[in-house]
Amino acid sequence: MKTYLLVDFGSTFTKLTAVDLEKEEIIATAKAITTVEKDITLGYKKALSRLIDKIGYEIKFDKITACSSAAGGLKMVAIGLVDELTTEAARRVCLGAGAKVELVLSHNINHHEVDQIKEKNIDIILLAGGANGGNKECVIHNAKQLAKSDIKAPIVFAGNKDATDEIEEILAAANKEFYICENVMPRLNVLNITSAKDQIKDIFVKNIIEAKGIKKVEKLVDEVVLPTPNAVLMAAELLSTGFGGEEGLGDLMLADVGGATTDIYSLSSGLPTQMNAILSGLEEPFAKRTVEGDLGMRYSSLGILQSFTASELSYWKTQNVDIELEANKRHDDIEFISSTDEDYIADDIFAGKCIDVATSRHVGTLKGVYTPMGVMYYQVGKDLTQTNYFIGTGGVVISSKDPVAILKNGTKMASKPMELRPHNPEYLLDKTYVLSAMGLLSMDYPEIALRIMKKYMVKL
Amino acid sequence: MKTIVIGVIGADVHAVGNKIIEYTLTKEGFNVVNVGVLSSQEDFINAAIETSASLIMVSSLYGHGELDCRGMREKCEESGLDNILLYVGGNIVVGKQDFTEVEKRFKEMGFNRVYPPGVKIEDVIDTIREDLGGI
Repeated sequence: MKTYLLVDFGSTFTKLTAVDLEKEEIIATAKAITTVEKDITLGYKKALSRLIDKIGYEIKFDKITACSSAAGGLKMVAIGLVDELTTEAARRVCLGAGAKVELVLSHNINHHEVDQIKEKNIDIILLAGGANGGNKECVIHNAKQLAKSDIKAPIVFAGNKDATDEIEEILAAANKEFYICENVMPRLNVLNITSAKDQIKDIFVKNIIEAKGIKKVEKLVDEVVLPTPNAVLMAAELLSTGFGGEEGLGDLMLADVGGATTDIYSLSSGLPTQMNAILSGLEEPFAKRTVEGDLGMRYSSLGILQSFTASELSYWKTQNVDIELEANKRHDDIEFISSTDEDYIADDIFAGKCIDVATSRHVGTLKGVYTPMGVMYYQVGKDLTQTNYFIGTGGVVISSKDPVAILKNGTKMASKPMELRPHNPEYLLDKTYVLSAMGLLSMDYPEIALRIMKKYMVKL
Repeated sequence: MKTIVIGVIGADVHAVGNKIIEYTLTKEGFNVVNVGVLSSQEDFINAAIETSASLIMVSSLYGHGELDCRGMREKCEESGLDNILLYVGGNIVVGKQDFTEVEKRFKEMGFNRVYPPGVKIEDVIDTIREDLGGI
């Protein structure tokens, strides 16, 4: 029997998934509270002993590999020139690499903004600006600002290639740790994610996990290889596109409702599906991730509250749900565990709202314009109307009695006709939390990871 | 190599002339950044900032050019594009108007060169070179 142990050091839980590669099935899963503040190995050992208890006998795993979003995840700042162009491109690279984008800065950065970078304890700085052959004054100014500061975070330069030599000189003279990558927007509206994303992943593995105290777990596991959201994105991409002879599911969306954030992933080219739409703005990545830091079931429940209109609040009151009270309850006690029917009802309403608002921010939109040739539409962002599958994950969705009702909030809505939401997807549930684990497994065995995902996704 | 941003402004979908301009200017050795049809003032300006363009060449074929171009110079200045050249050409106003009047109005709006219908891009190359410092 060949076995893998896949570990996800989450912000709250350390989750273990044991996989039998020959039978292509999950042997068991277990979790324990993440203990990164004290010693990350404690939580891991606890989860492992629970896993062994479940299995009933000791297993010698052939490989143990891990991803992590513990200790605040990977915190990044994206710096660019124009908001809608290189700044947005830089932001998308950070998100694609699995980072939390704590700060987005554009044009020439000032001292206050440099201070913000320091205050936010940023792990990696992504410095972009200018298409190749274009503006280099701004990115050079920003490099100088960073050089002058006492910021220690590694800097990834992925801006106008013409500025590379000067940037290298500036950052080397200031003894900064820096890396040179391909431009995130080499030409106008062209997005180039891979080079900077791979570099960020490398820095994460080499430096960040060490700085965060995660590295010491490598005495027990073979390696920590990815930020968790990056593992999920890889799994979702594999599930969508397939591998070799094993077919994928085609275009899909994935909603992950967590305690602090709601993440939406879409796997689709997102090109216009209607004749009279013209694509406008920066190119979209096939595998796109957006994160909403103000939408979460615990830490960020007050953010959800903000998204309710006065009329919605009053409607729920008539249904005997006090949204305001419930949101505060969850925010004030982040370890709150739902137990009564009322709790579950409120959970479902909140989760639905998270998915609704996060989807609005993720999908593309149409804007009508009257031309001499009739009505045309600008399409900004991805057209996800023809998405085949909508997948739900995250504790609140998985434990809900009616996950479809929650997930439906991510699809076509009469009140939001200009948003390009999925029209009629099939719903799937990541009941056993396989996604991040399969993202990890896919690095060695993509075909097996894909088949396991297809087997363990529950049709709703 | 000097960079020129080209495109068709407003709710205008005339794509053919836009492609001819791109082809010709590229052949003449310019770095052409084409924002395409249905482009807003911001689309031109953002592209010019990121690419450090020296010239924005606005096309308008459907008669609404005057409305679409109004305020563009001010917006350029607001965005830090102090010395950028602005050209406009095509059927830039409604109906058959006296072109000297039209040219005057567009120059007052801050456009450096204003071209009436029928002017080919080839005819303008020398002027462009001259305006961009004799390259």
